[in-house]
Amino acid sequence: MEKRATFSSTTIGLLFALPMLVLIFVFFYWPSGQALYWAFTLEQPWGGGNTWVGLQNFRQLLSDPYYWGAISRSMVFGLGSTSIAMGVALLLALFTDREMRGHKAYRSVFIWPYAIAAPALGLAFRFILAPEAGFLSLINQIWPGLWNPALDGTDAMIAVIIAFSWKYVGYNFIFFLSALQSIPRSLIEAAAMDGSGPMRRMWDIQLPLLTPTLFFLLVINITESFQDSFGIVDIMTQGGPARATELMVYKIYFDGFKGLDYSGAAAQSIILMGLVVLLTIVQFRFVERRVHYK
Amino acid sequence: MSSIAIKGVKKAYAKNAVVHGVDLEIATGEFIVILGPSGCGKSTLLRMIAGLEEISGGEIWIDGKLVNKLEPRERGCAMVFQNYALYPHMTVAENIGYALKVAGVPKAERMQRVAATAKVVGLEAFLDRRPAALSGGQRQRVAMGRAIVREPKVFLFDEPLSNLDAKLRVAMRAEIRRLHRRLGATSVFVTHDQTEAMTLGDRLVVMNGGRIEQVGTPAEVYNRPATRFVANFVGSPSMNLMEGAIDRHGVFVYDEQRRIPLPGALDARLVGHKIVLGVRAEAAKLVEAGTPGSLPATVDFIEELGAGRVVHTDFDGLSFAVALSDAATFETGDPVGVMIDPADIHLFSIESGLRIDLPASQPAHATSL
Amino acid sequence: MVERTPIFNAVCQIVLFIGLLTVLLPFLIVVIAATHDIRTVNTVPMPLVPGSDLFANLHEAWIRADLGRKLLNSFLFAGTVAAGKVLLSSMAAFAIVYFRFPGRMLMFWLIFITLMLPLEVRIVPTYAVAANALAPFQAILDVTGISWLIRNVSGLQVKLEWGLLNSYTGLILPLVATATGTFLYRQFYLTVPDELAEAAKMDGSGAVRFFVDILFPLSKPNMIALFTIMFVWSWNQYLWPLLITTDPNFGIAVTQLKHLIPSEFGLPDWNVAMAGTLIIMAPPLIVVILMQRWFVRGLISTEK
Repeated sequence: MEKRATFSSTTIGLLFALPMLVLIFVFFYWPSGQALYWAFTLEQPWGGGNTWVGLQNFRQLLSDPYYWGAISRSMVFGLGSTSIAMGVALLLALFTDREMRGHKAYRSVFIWPYAIAAPALGLAFRFILAPEAGFLSLINQIWPGLWNPALDGTDAMIAVIIAFSWKYVGYNFIFFLSALQSIPRSLIEAAAMDGSGPMRRMWDIQLPLLTPTLFFLLVINITESFQDSFGIVDIMTQGGPARATELMVYKIYFDGFKGLDYSGAAAQSIILMGLVVLLTIVQFRFVERRVHYK
Repeated sequence: MSSIAIKGVKKAYAKNAVVHGVDLEIATGEFIVILGPSGCGKSTLLRMIAGLEEISGGEIWIDGKLVNKLEPRERGCAMVFQNYALYPHMTVAENIGYALKVAGVPKAERMQRVAATAKVVGLEAFLDRRPAALSGGQRQRVAMGRAIVREPKVFLFDEPLSNLDAKLRVAMRAEIRRLHRRLGATSVFVTHDQTEAMTLGDRLVVMNGGRIEQVGTPAEVYNRPATRFVANFVGSPSMNLMEGAIDRHGVFVYDEQRRIPLPGALDARLVGHKIVLGVRAEAAKLVEAGTPGSLPATVDFIEELGAGRVVHTDFDGLSFAVALSDAATFETGDPVGVMIDPADIHLFSIESGLRIDLPASQPAHATSL
Repeated sequence: MVERTPIFNAVCQIVLFIGLLTVLLPFLIVVIAATHDIRTVNTVPMPLVPGSDLFANLHEAWIRADLGRKLLNSFLFAGTVAAGKVLLSSMAAFAIVYFRFPGRMLMFWLIFITLMLPLEVRIVPTYAVAANALAPFQAILDVTGISWLIRNVSGLQVKLEWGLLNSYTGLILPLVATATGTFLYRQFYLTVPDELAEAAKMDGSGAVRFFVDILFPLSKPNMIALFTIMFVWSWNQYLWPLLITTDPNFGIAVTQLKHLIPSEFGLPDWNVAMAGTLIIMAPPLIVVILMQRWFVRGLISTEK
């Protein structure tokens, strides 16, 4: 879409864009370029500049079992929390869309979790899921030692997945509900005239028409699970116990700022960037499909 | 036996009533057109028949069965929506066959019936396309096919032609009529377009403000409008309506210069009363100014229609249209005379808007006001 | 619609109700835990009847996490970031939509691609830039030979330096650039009728006037929506503030949560931790509840 009426002054146009361009140059492109540079060089101890090492940083990284551990944990975390957050949100949105009694209250309350900062809900869930106090400690009273995220890696992973999913149910719910409400009412009515009941309509009409939203959210959720997980992990488990919840971003942070291994962290950043870019491209392939229905 | 019986049906949203107690009997195989301005409740009435709206009061019977509490799928009606409501993610064949699929019709039979239907609506070549790849007219046909394939007892049409361009609309109109003759199913068609209504309906139901104004064949509705509203709404140009009083000679007086003697015997009860008199544009003639018995007027403007013209004249502030088919020429501002055939006038009560029929000869047996 | 599906309706209501409980329960537990004393909060199960120590706990958390200063900083930080995002993205989108200069599409893509570079991913080098925000320009001058030129001509050594660590600027500036806001504005501008710009031109107004007098006021709903989601987003930032502000004077509320984690030794004072959590999570929650319509609208349209 293009405007018919435009202004001709190039200078003024550039001036309007300049602040944004300067900011993205300094804080996006320069650091990204620097990350690339660091990823292929090694910093000499005690100054003396960086020396070119080619793919050595990557080779080292990819032969590091801890890095592969972070990747696979990120996958488990991403897929686990995404499927819970999206599944629950979809169900709630489909049912809320039926506009039964109380749907307005549901519609507003289901959004609340998304307003909470990841570290804040990290702390809240650290208490709720604590083995010796809080809410889930009830389980330990019945079966002592069954639940302990502070010691058991699986429990810790489950805990961070629950916390993250809880927040993103709210986010996904917003999108599912708005997509459902943009389906023309008459389509639902036509299906009712064609003899299908509410459940059948969800399956035959609403779900297929939600596929674009579904793919879109899938990508966003996985991307967010890389980023927004940091606060939750840092507060709830600090990557532990025994690296059981050390996700990719957490490892970058840890290696870069605690281990001061800039080159290693930069190489990890490049790989993560590659992943995010890949997901974004996948998303755009499906955005085309969304247009197709219209 | 009637196919659809509507008894005192009401609809209200919160406290806001949109349909006030409608009664209507529709015979099996009949093509009924519900006509009215937007907001008159015609679509709501149709959607209540379909089961898409709950009924606030009264009863709806379809084929001798009370359907108030039945779901849409249990009523045996098919519906064509204004925006067609085609499922965008299904092909034409899937769209048409969806109702059969839901009903559990085996695949082989389903495909055969879809193919047969596609032939009826002329879509054989497009069965694998998605709605997005169809033209407006083709989408309309898919919507029709989707209704036909189920062989329903009742067809419901909710302004299905209003999204088409004028030419296509005329063509689809003819097609719907042909289809109805062929299938013979009871049809209820909602529209605000009076031409559509006149050409399609066996009977018209004219609605206004949530009430039925008149039920009758197109000719009846046109020739003997039951209310002032119908007189005004049906017919193009609209019927000319004037308010005036009846003097003691049985002459309608609009003003000093414009008097119209009423035909037939004088109804004593009308004398001295204010009343509405209606004349169709086709029932009036233009004559030279000053012709005895004509009403003086000036030409206001002329609408050229190709086959004829409508001359809008001015009665000192009241617009009065006259349809001409001859070649007589007039200019804006010309003084003319308007001649009215007393046999072609309609009278309506000013209070109730109801039609007043004058007795042919015997006096004192007139319809009450 | 006439529909008799009592069983399915009941299932729906039950599922929705369970969903409601799941969403509300964590809030509830946080609030109730914040009202107990240290002993009650550690009993299993924790009593769901609120205790009477809410204000004592809030007070304790307030002191321990220095929340007076930190909340103020948070409001400053989130408000400025959100306002900056609104201003900058409205301007950048204006340039993209209403001008036809060469390189306009390149600009569009440059901004667009930043979507793929979230802060968390490029955190290490961004931190390095913040140590000296002018380093990129210094490097350009060095590489192009300009600094060499200047040194030879004037004898001055060019040394651009602007450290952003431990400053409001460093906290705020890197977060202000936004692709999503630019797209929201771009979409909005595209829906503004062409006639408006034409009429403004006929009335003799230039680009700047048109932007200030017509476009900016027109975009008010957009502004509110974008500000709302960006405020919530900024308030909830964690990693960047954690790194850039080691000086407690510039710290914000969310990073203080770390100081509220109960110690491993002794009886954990979860009551104080939850009281602090309550205070820190309240502002964005209140914003979302009050501005729900705008929040939802902003989210939906930025992500398309």
